[in-house]
Amino acid sequence: MKAFLILEDGTVFEGIQIGADREVISEIVFNTSMAGYLEVLTDPSYAGQAVCMTYPLIGNYGICSEDMESGRPWPDGFIVRELSRIPSNFRCDKTIQQFLEENGVPGIAGIDTRALTKLLREKGTMNGMITTNEAYDRDAILPKLKAYTTGRVVERVTCAEKYEVKGSAALGDNGPISGSAVYTGEQEKKPTLVRKLNGRGKRVALLDLGMKRNIAVSLAQRGIDVTVYPAMTQAAEILADRPDGIMLSNGPGDPKECTEIIKEIRKLYDAQVPVFAICLGHQLMALATGADTYKLKYGHRGGNHPVKDLETGRVYISSQNHGYVVDMDTLDAAVAVPAFVNANDGTCEGLSYVGKNIFTVQYHPEACPGPQDSGYLFDRFIRMMEVGKNA
Amino acid sequence: MPKNPNVKKVLVIGSGPIVIGQAAEFDYAGTQACRSLKEEGIEVVLVNSNPATIMTDRDIADRVYIEPLTARVLEQLIEKEKPDSILPTLGGQAGLNLGMELEESGFLKAHHVTLLGTTAATIRKAEDRQAFKDTMEKIGEPCAASKVVEDIEDGIAFVGQIGYPVVLRPAYTLGGSGGGIAHNQAQLEEILANGLRLSRVGQVLVERCIAGWKEIEYEVMRDSAGNCITVCNMENIDPVGVHTGDSIVVAPSQTLGDKEYQMLRSSALNIISELQITGGCNVQFALHPTSFEYCVIEVNPRVSRSSALASKATGYPIAKVAAKIALGYTLDEIQNSITGKTCAGFEPALDYCVVKLPRLPFDKFITAKRTLTTQMKATGEVMSICQNFEGALMKAIRSLEQHVDCLLSYDFSALSAEELKERLKIVDDQRIYVIAEALRKGIGYETIHAITMIDIWFIDKLASLVEMEDALRRGPLTAELLREAKRMEFPDSVISRLTGMPECDVKQMRYDNGIVAAFKMVDTCAAEFEAATPYYYSCFGSENEAEGASENKKVLVLGSGPIRIGQGIEFDYCSVHATWAFSRAGYETIIINNNPETVSTDFDIADKLYFEPLTPEDVENIVNLEKPDGAVVQFGGQTAIKLTESLMKMGVPIFGTKAEDVDAAEDRELFDRILEETGIPRAAGGTVYTAQEAKEVANRLGYPVLVRPSYVLGGQGMQIAINDAEIEEFMEIINRIAQDHPILVDKYLQGKEIEVDAVCDGTDILIPGIMEHIERTGVHSGDSISVYPAHTIDQKVKETIAEYTKRLAKALHVKGLINIQFIAIGEEVYVIEVNPRSSRTVPYISKVTGIPIVDLAAQVMIGKKIRELGYEPGLQKEADYYAIKMPVFSFEKIRGAEISLGPEMKSTGECLGIARTFQEALYKAFLGSGVDLPKFRQMIITVKDADKGEAIEIGRRFEKLGYTIYATRSTAQALREAGVKARKVNKIRQESPTVMDLILGHKIDLVIDTPTQGRDKSRDGFLIRRTAIETGVNCLTSLDTAKALVTSLENAQRGELTLIDVAAL
Repeated sequence: MKAFLILEDGTVFEGIQIGADREVISEIVFNTSMAGYLEVLTDPSYAGQAVCMTYPLIGNYGICSEDMESGRPWPDGFIVRELSRIPSNFRCDKTIQQFLEENGVPGIAGIDTRALTKLLREKGTMNGMITTNEAYDRDAILPKLKAYTTGRVVERVTCAEKYEVKGSAALGDNGPISGSAVYTGEQEKKPTLVRKLNGRGKRVALLDLGMKRNIAVSLAQRGIDVTVYPAMTQAAEILADRPDGIMLSNGPGDPKECTEIIKEIRKLYDAQVPVFAICLGHQLMALATGADTYKLKYGHRGGNHPVKDLETGRVYISSQNHGYVVDMDTLDAAVAVPAFVNANDGTCEGLSYVGKNIFTVQYHPEACPGPQDSGYLFDRFIRMMEVGKNA
Repeated sequence: MPKNPNVKKVLVIGSGPIVIGQAAEFDYAGTQACRSLKEEGIEVVLVNSNPATIMTDRDIADRVYIEPLTARVLEQLIEKEKPDSILPTLGGQAGLNLGMELEESGFLKAHHVTLLGTTAATIRKAEDRQAFKDTMEKIGEPCAASKVVEDIEDGIAFVGQIGYPVVLRPAYTLGGSGGGIAHNQAQLEEILANGLRLSRVGQVLVERCIAGWKEIEYEVMRDSAGNCITVCNMENIDPVGVHTGDSIVVAPSQTLGDKEYQMLRSSALNIISELQITGGCNVQFALHPTSFEYCVIEVNPRVSRSSALASKATGYPIAKVAAKIALGYTLDEIQNSITGKTCAGFEPALDYCVVKLPRLPFDKFITAKRTLTTQMKATGEVMSICQNFEGALMKAIRSLEQHVDCLLSYDFSALSAEELKERLKIVDDQRIYVIAEALRKGIGYETIHAITMIDIWFIDKLASLVEMEDALRRGPLTAELLREAKRMEFPDSVISRLTGMPECDVKQMRYDNGIVAAFKMVDTCAAEFEAATPYYYSCFGSENEAEGASENKKVLVLGSGPIRIGQGIEFDYCSVHATWAFSRAGYETIIINNNPETVSTDFDIADKLYFEPLTPEDVENIVNLEKPDGAVVQFGGQTAIKLTESLMKMGVPIFGTKAEDVDAAEDRELFDRILEETGIPRAAGGTVYTAQEAKEVANRLGYPVLVRPSYVLGGQGMQIAINDAEIEEFMEIINRIAQDHPILVDKYLQGKEIEVDAVCDGTDILIPGIMEHIERTGVHSGDSISVYPAHTIDQKVKETIAEYTKRLAKALHVKGLINIQFIAIGEEVYVIEVNPRSSRTVPYISKVTGIPIVDLAAQVMIGKKIRELGYEPGLQKEADYYAIKMPVFSFEKIRGAEISLGPEMKSTGECLGIARTFQEALYKAFLGSGVDLPKFRQMIITVKDADKGEAIEIGRRFEKLGYTIYATRSTAQALREAGVKARKVNKIRQESPTVMDLILGHKIDLVIDTPTQGRDKSRDGFLIRRTAIETGVNCLTSLDTAKALVTSLENAQRGELTLIDVAAL
């Protein structure tokens, strides 16, 4: 069946329908990861957006459900050049077409995704509609597209109630260490890079703003007991549980819309508990402490962005997914200083809070998809909790 | 970290002659690195024995030494030039080994020379099998169960523990030479013995066989601050068991999920960090197809063939960045020259699919085994880029120029399903065609996968191509179907064959329906950032990004495609220099080529690069967009010449010599008429199509005769026939491939072969020099030792040659380059062949005479005159030194290939010996080609009767050098009768010890074996020659070569070699 992608600027791409047969309006973004489409699809940060994969061959290894980063796919739509007609992987349990259909995600294939990407690069992120209605009325649609906003999506994606993720009692619980891996076929026994239970005995409160599962897993695999809280949880409730550290997760949407959460995060800032925040969590902490955020022209989404750790001078390749960024010009040097910057465009990739055991990053040390180079940040957080305790 | 201020003068080691496993990629890497160093204000001293390379040009390095790559030469060079640093990681395995040798001997330290880039300790850790294994164990990276053995018994004992099959890999060899898989003890003993001998350190790794696992490679960069990135990963379609150089490779990996991708990526970074490599590095993994288990196969702590491929596949200039890292820069300080915006510390994101196919030499070595193993056999490769895998594969297939253009090109339709299943077990270059036929016969994916272990994703892609063939055959050809067929890159010619619609109608139908190629940019970042570099590939059904309109005059330079025997790196040299010359003349330059190993496909050589197959249809797509003012075909070898007619039909003017004049040189009748008019003699001959006609001509002329197809390079299919039976045999071989042009049968003349390259501007002619061949006629010019200046012919002959060259150039209206081969018999000069285009000897003669003839030719083509360019026409003054070009062969890599020299070219590369005296030049040339004698001072002579007289003289001279001579019965008798001491040795089928035992005893320096006339069918000689080659014994099949060798040895060992800076000539 024919499908159409109609953009806010009037551009129309014609392709074929994939996934669920459903019309949708969303914000169109692109991701440059060459593998990891399932992780992208199940990353809650994409709620309210439709994702275009710039790599043209998608679905080659099917769906390996155990790699899902949350319970379901979140993007409103999926845009690819070519969807593989067969999946090939020993862990694959369904095709991507089945997965999209089952979860009601509509999509379009067979369009020139590079042309779309260039358009988004030049004009900035745009809203668009995916439809199979050949008789679409463009003039009627365009105002609707302009009116679309992602809205308050954090509330949609966060967990309903708090839950626990037990820390690993032994290294073996994590599955084989990558490098000496023998796959056993058990759930969640994929190879891990974690070689030490250096967080054993610690308890971390993880605020789920649209959390990717591997954030909790990265902590738990280091031996940390994790309690995951819904986004709207009061700071007092979290602090009452007396965690050793607090993590703020990634999440979707415009950070400035999270006014209530920001107020609670300010309270967490004022408490003396070490905090490590990722992505949306990083932005909210900045907003809570007086800095500002702005929307990037077309965002950073992919697995190849270089990030410089200003503390060590080292450059790491990172996994990224964000459309908003903290405005470094609005930082109060007495509150927070840049700790990481993007080596390509110099934008803010992380902050260190002055006089506080708090550091936050814009990118994704939990990877999935993308490079695992920044996993060391979880260990830095553990060290911070140790210092925090001693203090 | 900024640049290291102590580095001011760097010695860069090149990789030497092109051999299988070490090809043009190192010219590409070396050239890029040298330019990068010069950009930083570093004085670059270059040493490389290969004169056909671009890196040995005076504009690439400050000082250029085309000298043999031996430790002794390098030591002398370091003493002379006093560099502060040496960069050995860009010259392939050869360069790396040399750097290591100098470091280990303490020479570098004693002369205060720093090893740049990766340290010696790191190289040892990566290259020494045991050290590598220990290191991997230390950091928890798994290797297949293995053991380094130094003798056969040890090997047998170890395999007793781990079981068959096992893989054997000799340490410190290139292209995996000497390696293999053993399934039983007999095979183990054979391969092990061979491998132990070939290894520089006498070590072979015996390893658990992981054949059938997925083979995945990562190209990794690391700087001195410890920052690491992976440039790209690649997946071999052929699972572990086939050398990656012979595998079909796709980038990025297609069948790996993010978990597998990142697991191996992390492992690669882990390894490069532990080894503390600074620069580029290649890590090869075997990944179990149904688990996360993996093994590290190998790490190359240097720039490699795979890194050249990765560079071209992603646009990331690995060698350039590696050179900057060697100077102390960190990745975030180096700019990404493709985008001009981002830094080198990022990982390229591809938004297309890349396929590499090997160019295997089985069309040259028809007796060779086609089986692919862990020992590389490919001489070159092609790469293609498309938005889908099917299209990339189809483009790569037709880029090979091996008479293949789709999955039907090898016909297996006669095989039954059962036979096909058997055939699938054979791992050779035709496997994908067999799979396609199996799919046509309804054999299931799983069955094919179980036999081949090729991932079903790839099998499905082949199936979708087969389905398209079928749909086209069934018809009707609707616009929709045509659009889909073009999306998969079916060429119009194949669509025409399958549908029965004439090709021109297919094309018209495409145009009528707007189905035209679009061009997309390779930008390293999947369009995320704006890119500044116009590097394009084509695809169908997409928006075009390439801008055709331009203010400037535009010239299209057609490249020479994959490196193959007969058409090597020389033509890339010519293409690149022509591009530069046109650029200097104010033209916008456009290169089309498909070879990822070359300098011409580097992103900053031409103004625009189209990475595309060199077929008329593909070229026309580009012509339609670019509308060039002209094209040059003279520089891209036969590949480009073959496109002349098509270009003219497209209305593109050909710069330089006109197509009809090129034809006149190839067309027998036209050419005979020209010779008659100009009064130049040639060997009598005729043109034929059938064996019957050939025999008639041969009998009229009298045997021996030379039989060859027209319009070929490297004498492909050329043979000397001595009787009717041989004519029949050769004609059958030639006619296996349909011939568009007649076959030539000429009287064979024996004399001195002379070669000339010249530039003609339509009025005047410039001959930089005359070259003479050491081997008499009958040996292909590319396989002959070539001497400049010609020293055994007298002035009168030289004048005749100059005069004939002038007459021929004028008669053929040459504008640009012309190459002519002559035979001199006494004072008589006959013409053998005229090629109005660039030739194999162009780089060589340019360098040794200091006359940039490609540049001159390019200028002449656009109307300049030789005199205007500052040159006096005519034969130039001879140099006061000798420069000898020596062919280099890769026979040891091709099992079963006949090594005896003949009219068909067999060498893969060349090296140069340059010196004040003929003898020293000859010595250096032999040394550069790897002939480093004497060692044991024992040799074997076995020659045919006609050669006995000459063999005596050669034997006597070797005897004087202290050689013990072994000879087979009749040769021994002849030698003894002439007073040369010779020990008789038994023939193969006689009782032991035979000549074979002697060779296998590893105490022989040299075998001189002249094959019986024509093809040696006795197998005895063939076996002797093969055994010698595979045992690493020098084997000469021409007495002229043997004479030259003894001459060089008589003059060897006379103190220091004189080193000549070619850039100063």
